[in-house]
Amino acid sequence: MPVPILKQGDVLIASVQDALTDSDLRELQNNLVDRVGRFRSRGVVIDVTVLDVMDSFAVRTLRAIAHMTRLRGAETVVAGIQPDVAFSMVRLGLTLDDVATVLDLDEGLALLRSRRDGRPGRGR
Amino acid sequence: MDAKTLSVRHVPIRADSDIVLARQEGRALAAEVGLANSDLTLVATAISEIARNIVDYANAGDIEVRSVKQDGRYGLVVVARDEGPGIADVALAMQDGYSTGNSLGLGLPGARRLMDEFEIESNVGRGTTVRMTKWSS
Repeated sequence: MPVPILKQGDVLIASVQDALTDSDLRELQNNLVDRVGRFRSRGVVIDVTVLDVMDSFAVRTLRAIAHMTRLRGAETVVAGIQPDVAFSMVRLGLTLDDVATVLDLDEGLALLRSRRDGRPGRGR
Repeated sequence: MDAKTLSVRHVPIRADSDIVLARQEGRALAAEVGLANSDLTLVATAISEIARNIVDYANAGDIEVRSVKQDGRYGLVVVARDEGPGIADVALAMQDGYSTGNSLGLGLPGARRLMDEFEIESNVGRGTTVRMTKWSS
């Protein structure tokens, strides 16, 4: 199922609704990179709260999305990684490297706002 | 004592959407025999990695998930079979970061870390079988 992408001001919100196939992830990547340019977005929040699995392909794609959107002028924040998923990612040896992560969508929006306004926010 | 099989499900792996199906079947069956929630995630993730290997390297194969009981404990056995090209150097393929494809190279070694038992048998030109188990704690 494709991931719906909402535009809210200069931020895009990709809110994952269901398990993602590799094709869904590739499509999300293409759509986000395209829309960041089309809407001149400065930030992207990918909400993965519903995901019960983040395997190496999902993590690699999220990293690629973050790097690509950054090259297009927008910061990506991944929101809502569940505790069990985090545990599994660490066991598997997966890291999101320099991709910002937050607990939920609200924190993601707050982080992007604070970065835009030059104020320190939670997360990294 | 040999493991007693309680329930078996097969998922043919032909396309990337089958990866999602396989991990959902595995998770459901593992939940049925009472594996902890955190273990369900580990099992589903391991199945995802192994199933993707089939799609990426062998095109097609089969994943069998089986709930078992042995010595008073319950477990989930996952057997992934393909008739793909096989792996020439299994020891190398089990090393972190090694990949002949365009991946992170964490699939096989990662799956081994997520499960309690892990065996792999591969014959060049004949295919690969991965058998892995997670036990209830």
